[in-house]
Amino acid sequence: MDNIITGRHKNITVLAIVLTVQFFGLAAQIRRPSDQGTATPLIRTWVITAISPVEKFFVHTASGIKNTFGSYFYLRGVRKENASLRQQVEQMRLQQVRLQEDAAQARRLQTMLGFKEQFISETLPAQVIGTSGSDASRVIYIDKGTSDGVKDNMAVITPDGVVGKIAKAFHGSSQVLLISDQSWGAGGILVQSRLQGIVKGTQSGAVQMTYIMSDNQIKPGEQIVTSGGDRIFPKGLPLGVVKEVAPGKDMFLNIRVTPSADLNRVEEVLVITKVVEKASDANEFSGPIRASDILAERLPSVPQKPADATSTDHQGATSKPAVGAGGVVPPKVTNPNTTSKPSTGAPAPTTTKPGTTAVPPKATAPKDNKPTGAAPQGN
Amino acid sequence: MRSNVSLISRDQIEVYGFSLPVSIGVPLLALLLQSFLPVHMRFMAIFDLPLLVTIFFGVARRNQISGMALGGIIGIVQDSLTHHPIGVFGIAKTVTGYAASSLGVKIDVENPGSRLLMTTAFTLLHGGIVFLVMRFLVADPMQPVAWRWIHELGSAVANGLLAIILFSVLDRFKQRG
Repeated sequence: MDNIITGRHKNITVLAIVLTVQFFGLAAQIRRPSDQGTATPLIRTWVITAISPVEKFFVHTASGIKNTFGSYFYLRGVRKENASLRQQVEQMRLQQVRLQEDAAQARRLQTMLGFKEQFISETLPAQVIGTSGSDASRVIYIDKGTSDGVKDNMAVITPDGVVGKIAKAFHGSSQVLLISDQSWGAGGILVQSRLQGIVKGTQSGAVQMTYIMSDNQIKPGEQIVTSGGDRIFPKGLPLGVVKEVAPGKDMFLNIRVTPSADLNRVEEVLVITKVVEKASDANEFSGPIRASDILAERLPSVPQKPADATSTDHQGATSKPAVGAGGVVPPKVTNPNTTSKPSTGAPAPTTTKPGTTAVPPKATAPKDNKPTGAAPQGN
Repeated sequence: MRSNVSLISRDQIEVYGFSLPVSIGVPLLALLLQSFLPVHMRFMAIFDLPLLVTIFFGVARRNQISGMALGGIIGIVQDSLTHHPIGVFGIAKTVTGYAASSLGVKIDVENPGSRLLMTTAFTLLHGGIVFLVMRFLVADPMQPVAWRWIHELGSAVANGLLAIILFSVLDRFKQRG
């Protein structure tokens, strides 16, 4: 026995003890899906609390320098760009009138059918400050946490589409699980065929759509938006585009997806901090909107638009024409520094907290009778 | 590239030490950079700076207990930044730290060729242990983890090449023990 503890086998004995302790520690953290709790190991909280301020410092210093130089170079071409944008705005105004008519008609039909609308009433811009540093865990860290109102399982998006969900919110930062991670998925719906499935990551970091029966005809290029069935993402946010379709296992198609958001270059995101539902109102004029459209007006890296290059309605809200999710169009983007208010006298969705952004209503698509693509809540 | 791995007696191998700021600062910096750099350069995730630091200190100090302790601590901190249960990298880096120290006791690995081979081999060992732990302890049976040869081999060679540069920088902090 003395030989094992103090003699020539001492080192290997210590190794065995250390490994055994770690194996037991690991086993204690792995639970059955039924008893998954929200407890976070203390060591994780300590490490992230210690490392986040340093990363925030680096990121904010770097973006400060980048913005200073960026502003100079931006101003050099602004006159020409301004003229081009004015022309573009005029064209879009005409387009908007037509689209508003279509939206009003759609809204009247929704009211008749008793649909409920999903409001993204509050969003919070955040900056990416770190990653897991490993391909085995597709996680990023943002500089907003519970102190800013962020909670677990909130949706995280960019102007292009869905990024992921809050896996764990800490005091001053949050861990975001990317849509490309293997351990969870978001409910998705194919825009043209209206088929529902789950969009999730693979081990290699690619994104795929699962649980679509192989007898369905899916073509590459078809857009996928969130179905709302996972209760995390509001319906209609862009998830990705079908890249490749192949027969998969167990009667399901293997659908490769190109994510709408560039997950390898995410620097700024929006956290959806509040979603409310209300019945559709036929008198409400503002149409569906991609919640993420407002990101462009909130984030520091995107320069302010010239005041005369935008159309302002009588309530001071700024109009921004853009194609909405699911092919439904005419969005109305509010001035992010003011309280949100639909343009035709409909009640404002909710109050907007300082530092958050209010978004006009989003209409649900009229196909709710299909099986819900609820995502597994892995963590 | 010529490999210069030679078996020599234990007395002939120099044991190096490091100042306290280097012993603490270098692993912390490696962990910080590993988390921060992939935000702007996604390809950096293929490197494992904390692993390289574990190997370097293990080989230089030639003390198995300190090698495994350093590997274990670095691994657990690295685990904290993921969403996996804590211990996956902890176990892998404990074993790697121990193996690197054991190798350092027996073999003199100072030239670039031997460092490339050694780091490539240890990165594969580390990847193998992570795979085994993930596959048989952590992963959901419905979503089995697969061993990706090309990815692991590419990562191992990339880390081996980076080790040549990194180790030559870290050599400056060595103190004769």
